Amino acid sequence: MNFSDSIISALRAIMANKLRSALTMLGVVIGVGSVIAMIGIGEGTKQKSLENIQIMGSNMLTVFPNWRRGGVSGGPTDNPTLKDEDIVTLKRQVPMINTITGVVQRRMSARNGNKTHFTQVVGAEPQVALIRNATKMWQGSWYTGEDEAMSERKCVLGFTAYQELFGDEMAEGARIRIGNQNFDVVGVIAYKGGSGMWNPDDQIYVPLSTAKTRLMGKTNLDQIMMQTSNSDLMIVTQGQVEDALMATRKNASGEPLFRVMNQGDIIAQMETQTKLLSMLLAGIASVSLLVGGIGIMNIMLVSVTERTREIGLRKAIGARRETILAQFLLESTVMCVVGGTIGILLGLGSVAFVAQALKVPPVVNTQAIILAFGFSALVGLFFGLYPALRASSLQPIQALRYE
Amino acid sequence: MSLIIDTKHLAKDYVMGDMVVHALRDAHVQIQAGEFVAIMGPSGSGKSTFMNLIGCLDRPSGGQYFLNGQDVSSLNDDQLADIRNKYIGFVFQTFNLLPRTSAIKNVELPLMYAGVKNRSERAKQALEEVGLGQRVHHKPNELSGGQQQRVAIARAIVNNPVLILGDEPTGNLDSRTAEEIMALFQDMNRKGKTVVIVTHEEDIARHCKRIIRFKDGRILQDAPVEDPVDARDILRHMPDPDEVITADFAV
Repeated sequence: MNFSDSIISALRAIMANKLRSALTMLGVVIGVGSVIAMIGIGEGTKQKSLENIQIMGSNMLTVFPNWRRGGVSGGPTDNPTLKDEDIVTLKRQVPMINTITGVVQRRMSARNGNKTHFTQVVGAEPQVALIRNATKMWQGSWYTGEDEAMSERKCVLGFTAYQELFGDEMAEGARIRIGNQNFDVVGVIAYKGGSGMWNPDDQIYVPLSTAKTRLMGKTNLDQIMMQTSNSDLMIVTQGQVEDALMATRKNASGEPLFRVMNQGDIIAQMETQTKLLSMLLAGIASVSLLVGGIGIMNIMLVSVTERTREIGLRKAIGARRETILAQFLLESTVMCVVGGTIGILLGLGSVAFVAQALKVPPVVNTQAIILAFGFSALVGLFFGLYPALRASSLQPIQALRYE
Repeated sequence: MSLIIDTKHLAKDYVMGDMVVHALRDAHVQIQAGEFVAIMGPSGSGKSTFMNLIGCLDRPSGGQYFLNGQDVSSLNDDQLADIRNKYIGFVFQTFNLLPRTSAIKNVELPLMYAGVKNRSERAKQALEEVGLGQRVHHKPNELSGGQQQRVAIARAIVNNPVLILGDEPTGNLDSRTAEEIMALFQDMNRKGKTVVIVTHEEDIARHCKRIIRFKDGRILQDAPVEDPVDARDILRHMPDPDEVITADFAV
């Protein structure tokens, strides 16, 4: 009995009970499909986020207060805060800093007429445009240092925020409401190509002083953002920034109350997060594949019982143990592989669909496809093994007399 | 004449709980090539056990069995499967055809397990031999009982075995169809095939040349049949086949 005979007879057995086979395959279809979809969507989100970080700006260093250290137990000096004087310190002590600004931010709703958009409002000095690589304008221009000094209620819209609030109308000179304050739109930043998580286009910039005093009521800074003059010396600069801040911003045990991150750090941190998320999603999807496998085993056991006489006959006319074993293993494997193939197509379809809805690129992960395909074949083999062993060890006389 | 079946002190015991059932004891049987033998006996007589043993479907507890000169008493499952495939053709009471599978594919099955190449050709030939040359692509549910048994016989002879074993081959058939099947067995026997059938019908056994009777696990009687019945003679004196078929449908 050669391989093509075996395949043909396996397919025939599967086709003999179409509805049952289809329902059995459904488990594997859903399992493989969700694995592909989860990995694909996870990868897409990750890629998009990476892009977002890259278009955010270059040679960028960001200082965050480190909330993990200090805190309530540490007393007043241990509060991980960043203040305006830190900027003065940095300007004085780190010559490689080109531009620097403090940042406060909060998610707020902005309203233009009857259009409301919930977005990230960033309070920063106008040089943030350089740091964030956002000098190219679609309309108008950035607010000025004078606006900053006067705490003017002026704002610059990211492109996505502009589209949400104005469609494609002129925004420059218009007045919008952010929180409960009126702001004059002075400019719209040109489209940077961001979307999804951490979208740099979905932001509204206001002068730092305005944000602190009028909009958010903050005295401390949420971040200090700076651009260094030389990307090759990024690490050196980062070290200098850390040294400069350590003088004042450390806790009782001498640990820093801040973190300095470059883009690489941010990317790395984000990658760990999304990786964790992807693994979690793939793990959940694998469970459904497992359940699909158990479904296959169940049906194969039923099939072996139903076909006991057939097995007896096949043995009587000369089928060996391994022939019967191979026959039933092949049936479950073919069922899983066919189900897996359909699942892959379905998974790719849902990746395309969800990617469009989330505005992330649809990532076709070849590795995931091969893995899912191989895994489904393995599921077939594994869960088919026990029923196949049962079938192959039937004694021909008992099997033939089975009612 | 060569010996096809040669058993010496053949015995089979079954253990049931703490009781040992001697299903077959000390059976000496020799069957020559070209014989046509009926095995008879009431249920529990050991005839089925004997049939399973000579069909290599089971292993004896004691004694020896030579099939076509080869000692098969102590072969393992796979070796027995090969022996069955090569030397024995089975015909069962319930036909045991694969459902939803055409006649020719059913007949090809033993050839497939034997790894033979020109299968469909040989299967078609076997079907022609049993008079089903026109129905090779019919599925079992499109065939009458007699036709299904013919397919089973074609499957039994397709590998050109030395022994054809029928286990109540006419048990599920009406008397006319049973006669037709017996005629087929007689034809094959005339062509030189060794045929052994198990039956509990005296009428059927009378078609054979020799009857071995079992009782309580032992051979009770082993005697030639004087003036065996020719199935074709009986068929000639039976009512018109059309009437029988009509009656069949009425049921």
